[in-house]
Formats: sequence, C-alpha cells, structure tokens
Amino acid sequence: MTGSNKTIGRRGLLKGGAALGAAGLAAPTFFTHSARAEMHSGYLNAPTGKSVTLGFNVPQSGPYADEGADELRAYKLAVEHLNGGGDGGMMNTFSSKALTGNGILGKKVEYVTGDTQTKSDAARASAKSMIEKDGAVMITGGSSSGVAVAVQALCQETGIMFMAGLTHSNDTTGKDRKANGFRHFFNSYMSGAALAPVLANAYGKDRKAYHLTADYNWGYTTEEAVTQATEGMGWETVNTVKTPLTQTDFSSYIAPVLQSGADVLVLNHYGGNMVNSLTNAVQFGLRDKQVNGKNFEIVVPLYSRLMAKGAGANVKGIFGSTNWHWSLQDEGSKAFVKSFGTKYGFPPSQAAHTTYVQTLLYADACERAGTFNPCGVVEALEGFFFSGLGNGPTIYRKEDHQCFKDVLVVKGKENPESEFDLLEVVEVTPMSKVWYSPDHPQMGGADATLGTCNTGA
Amino acid sequence: MDAILLQILNGLDKGSAYALIALGLTLIFGTLGVVNFAHGALFMIGAFCAVVLSRLLSFSKTVIDETRTDFLGNPLKVDLPYMHQWFGEAAGQTIIDWSVPLAILFSIPIMFAIGYAMERGLIRHFYKRPHADQILVTFGLAIVLQEIVKYFFGANPIQTPAPPAFTGSFDFGALVGLDPNTIIYPYWRLIYFSFAVVIISAVFAFLRFTTFGMVVRAGMADRETVGLLGIDIDKRFTLMFALAACVAGLAGVMYAPINAPNYHMGMDFLVLSFVVVVVGGMGSMAGAVLAGFLLGILESIASMSQVIDYLPGINQIVIYLVAIIILLTRPRGLMGRKGVMED
Repeated sequence: MTGSNKTIGRRGLLKGGAALGAAGLAAPTFFTHSARAEMHSGYLNAPTGKSVTLGFNVPQSGPYADEGADELRAYKLAVEHLNGGGDGGMMNTFSSKALTGNGILGKKVEYVTGDTQTKSDAARASAKSMIEKDGAVMITGGSSSGVAVAVQALCQETGIMFMAGLTHSNDTTGKDRKANGFRHFFNSYMSGAALAPVLANAYGKDRKAYHLTADYNWGYTTEEAVTQATEGMGWETVNTVKTPLTQTDFSSYIAPVLQSGADVLVLNHYGGNMVNSLTNAVQFGLRDKQVNGKNFEIVVPLYSRLMAKGAGANVKGIFGSTNWHWSLQDEGSKAFVKSFGTKYGFPPSQAAHTTYVQTLLYADACERAGTFNPCGVVEALEGFFFSGLGNGPTIYRKEDHQCFKDVLVVKGKENPESEFDLLEVVEVTPMSKVWYSPDHPQMGGADATLGTCNTGA
Repeated sequence: MDAILLQILNGLDKGSAYALIALGLTLIFGTLGVVNFAHGALFMIGAFCAVVLSRLLSFSKTVIDETRTDFLGNPLKVDLPYMHQWFGEAAGQTIIDWSVPLAILFSIPIMFAIGYAMERGLIRHFYKRPHADQILVTFGLAIVLQEIVKYFFGANPIQTPAPPAFTGSFDFGALVGLDPNTIIYPYWRLIYFSFAVVIISAVFAFLRFTTFGMVVRAGMADRETVGLLGIDIDKRFTLMFALAACVAGLAGVMYAPINAPNYHMGMDFLVLSFVVVVVGGMGSMAGAVLAGFLLGILESIASMSQVIDYLPGINQIVIYLVAIIILLTRPRGLMGRKGVMED
C-alpha cells in the first residue's frame, strides 16, 4: 500500500462540518435571486420555459436491464418528489432544505429516457440524442463503469452535467475523472478497504486467494483493490485469472482452483457473470472442501440484491460489499423504502438508491447555486457535506468528485424470510477507513486531474 | 496431466451442449436446406420450460402471517405451495425439487409444437429464397423470441437447481487413483453428458432403424426422387424440424441447472454451434457431434491459466482458430460431404 491516506484530513472534516451546519440552518446561495435570470443563459441547454429536462440514460435492454428498470423507477420517484408529488421521500430527511417540492428553481422537472444497452457506444449515442434533441441539462444513469466513463467524457466535451449511476470502477473518479462528472456510488478501493479487515477477522490472516476477474475496466480495478487490501492483511494471492465478459460457463476456470492450493476464491464478477461463476463454484463443491486445513471460502467484492436473487441459495454465508441496503434503519433509508415500496410493491435496490440520491443532489445543488449552469452546480457540489440520504454523513470530495461515506459489508443471509431478504449487513465500515488521497496510485496517481468545468457555451 | 484430464472432463458437458444444438442445426439444414439462426433461441426456450414448470409446481396460496411483518411493516404475506398442501410438505417439496427432470416430459410436446408452428408458419415461406434471406428471417425470429422471454421473465438469470440428490460433486481423481481434490466433477454435469449421449444415440437410431428415418435419409439424399415415389417428403421434413426443436429444447432443459437460464443464453451458444457445424462438415450429423465434443474440450483446455499465461486471450479465439485451420486444410470440414452448399 503506497500513497494512501486512510484518514480524513482535519481541514476536510472542519470544512465539511461547517458546510453541514450551514445547510441545516439555511441553504447557502451562490448567486442572488436578481441574478438568476442572467444565470439561465450562457450555457448549453439553458432552460427557457417553465420546465427543465433531465436525461435518464439507463440500460433498458441487455444484461443489466433489470437494474436499469429499477434505476428508472427511482428516477421517476425523484421527479415526482421534486415536483411536489408523493410523500417527499428523502427530501424530508435530507440535511439540506433547499428543495421545496416546487421543481428545480421553480421549473417543473421533466425527463427523457435513453437506453444504454450496457454498451459504451449506444450509451453515448442516446446521451447525445438527449442533449441535442431533447435539450437535457443533466445526464444521469448507467449500470456499468465502461458506460459511465464513456458518457461522462461526452458530457464533459459537450458541457453538460453528469451524475453517475451505478458505477464501481476506480477509474470513474480516478484516472478518468472529469470536472462535469460526480459519483455518489462507492468504488473498488472502498470495497477492498472495507472487506479486507472483515475477511481477516472471519477467515484468518493466513489465507491463499485465487481471483477470477471480469476482463474489463471494472474487473481490473476491483482485483487490484482487493488483492492490495487483503495482502495488506497478510493474505497471499496465488493466482489472478481474467475471464471473458461474455463467458457463461466458468467451469473451466473454477475447476483448477483447488489444484492451485488456494483456500479462498474471490469472484471479481458482476451481474450475470457473478451469478454464473458463483453457481459453478458451488456446483464444483468448493464450499464443502477443506484446503490447507481450513474451510474453503468464496468472496464476492461487489454485491447487489438483484444479483443475489439470481444466484439464489448459493449466496448464503458469502461476504461482499454494497453501497446501500433497504434494511438500513436510518430515517433517510426508511423514508426512501416507504416511498418506493408503497409505489412499486417491493424494496428498492442499491442501483435505485444511488440514482434517486443523485437526482436530489443535483436538484439541491442547482437550488443552492441558483442556476443550472454546470460551473455553478459543480461549485455547489464540490466539498458539499450532507446527511439524511441513507448513508450517514457524506461528503462530495472537491478533488475528484467522489462521495465518501460509510461502506456496508454484507453477507448472504442463511435463513431469508422473504424473496427480498437475501443479504444481511454485518459491518458498517466508517468513512475514515475507506478514505484515500486523490492522487492514490489506484486512482491514476498524480496525473489524474478533473480539468475545468465546461458550460458548453 | 491432472489439469488436462480435468479440462477434458469439463469440455465434455459443454461439448454435449454444442453437439446437441449442432445436431439439430445439421438435421434442419440436411432436410430442409435452411440455415436456422433461431436454433439457439429454441435451446433457450427449452431452458425456460424448466423455469416455467418449476414455477407452476411452486404455485402458492398466499396467507397472511400476523406474527411477522414485511419490509414496509405490514403483516407478512407468506406463500404456501399448493404441492405442500396436496401431498404433504415433504412429498410436495420433493416434487418441486424434481422440476428439472420432470420438465423433460413437459418440454417435449411444447418444443414439438413450437418447432412445428415455426416451420409451417414462417420458415417454409423461405425455402426457395437465398440463404442470406433465411439467415435474416431466422435471426430476426431469434431476437423476437428472446425479447418475449425477457418481457415475461426479466433480464437476470433465474436459478433452476437440479434435485438435491444431484447438486453435489464427486472426487473423480480419487476414483482413478489420483490425489484427492485434484479432479472434482459435479454429478449433474455427468448426468448432462450421459443424457446427451442417449439423445444423440436415439436420434441416430431413429434415422437409421425406422422406416420414417429411412425415408428422411432418402429424402436428404435425393428429395425429388422420393417425391416422385408418392411420398409426402415435405410433411416428414416438417416433423424433422419439430424433432430438431425438441433436441435443442431438451438440451436447454437439462442445461438449466448448470447455468441459470437467462433470455440471452441461446445467442451465447448459437454462434459457437454454427462454427461446430462448419468444422464438422455441413450436412454431416456425425461430424457435428464429433466437432461439438472436440471444440468443447479444446475451449476448456485453452482456458487453463498455464495456457493463457503463454498465449493471452487464446481462450477467446481458440474455437475460431481451429475452425480456420480445419477449413484451410479440409475445406468441407471434418466429415463434410461433397456438393453441400457448394452450388
């Protein structure tokens, strides 16, 4: 581990605390009301009528379509709440009180949707269409890091705000960070940092790990994060094998694991890849084996409830990490689960949570900035410290536009009581334990910069 | 050596799926002269027959449990399967657990009907059209079928486990005198391989030893002459299409516990199955089966980390590489006949 800074700086905390206090008392505005008319011009897609259009770019087809559908439900709920409908959800628990249910800056929120198909080129095409044809002032969504990085770059080039949805790769706010892009979701580094101590505690420090890794951007950063974090706890990494993203049968990758002498298998897989690789690993009886005098264990660094549902009983007892879970008992989570559950009949996924929160955060930043101008919104979001949105105290770090908050370590539940009750939270890792410096080697080092905000004017 | 033996075993089950799909493709091509790109979708529909039966058997009556609450704090709705009520909890659960083997029987009439309807309703209109038209229409049909499945079942994989008695694995290495834990093989994969051997043998026996099969083989060799003898060969070929659909469907049903079914699984197998048909030799059923197993095993061996370390990415291209080499050295494939697709 080099160059990591695992504690928040004193200055950062003081600054965040001050911002939180200010948000609780009165929402600070960066621009006066008289200047607002001027601030609705001079940037791309400045809304001129009584409404403002947001672009929801989610996978509506392809392998992540179910997650995309849940993201879209959350976006629609957020729009309803922003326009004063429903019960207000997390607007009632959000520490900032700038949102009043009167749209954003008095303009009714409308939206257009695009289908990313979980393909970077299709995602860019749909985002471009929403920006150029529909006049979207902000693009949000995605359920893949490849897509998020591609769309974020497009938004930066064109001068539109990008509020990332479910994207977990370090690169999104690491080497590919952009001034116009912000990510609320956690990342691979945070998963590794949160998981490693729990794994060492549960399985011991003398372990040999074998990694199977999805052969793309997110897989690489997750493998790097988890190997570094677990090796820091004393584990040995005996092998790392890349698996094609299109692979459906992982038997030929899993069968040699026992021969390698490994006693832990780490599956750096997501979505259908994870469901299939975990199923195959269980079929091959890995979890029933004893290696090096210890029970063989499996770890899934990034979990989602929708994935856990796909993997069925195979997830029982398996550790992983997640950005949020509907069973959390803080007021924000309870309010969101109530709103979402009442409207749709089932609890929201972590994908739904992060996209709902991103929409509120964007709207709130516009209100506090008094403009939709991307540079004003960026300024309002940078260093913004908030709470009440389901993850405890959270800060949008200025240097890389990454949200820092507590991380959940979860385990597949042994005796689920319902079809939604698949994961149990075993530890809430505090923000300070997953903190790193903006120039951390895993995040692109000193070369990674945000650049300057682009208004598209 | 252990590692290679292990990968050969692994290749057998994947090869079984390739062989079953390629067998159906060859059967259709050999009889009707149609290149059927919807064949992967038939494999996928077969897997979803297992999903549907599993859901039908798990059909439940919802009762309110006042002692527990759901995620919104309301009284919990608990599903009680009718099977438990009708046959008792133990027997009812056993029936539900055995849904995949039971789906073999369930899927045969369904796949037969789908195959029959597909041939009569759409594909027969394209017999006299160029192969490119046939490919386009069947590929379009495959997309329509998978989107229908996605609409009803979602995009995420659906776990459809094998009966509990077959979910474990056995130590093949210990059985053959090697060190324990070196070669582990799941029971269900062994069953899948055995099942594939039985189905392939049955299809060959049907064509070889029945009058119907003899007429079909005669029709494949010389359709016109068989027609002139007063035999309605078109009707028999339609039935062969339905039979090929059944073979693909059964391959899908039994594959459901190996990989959780999802709407896209047919496409994943389709392209490789076509490569298998080409390598085996267009129109040769024995070639399709041989190439299916051969390429399945090669794909497994190419996935060994020792191989990938020396030749990165070889696991993703090995099948295509072998196909190129075979087509360069044997342009008609391993067992291809002269004159097939050469006009």
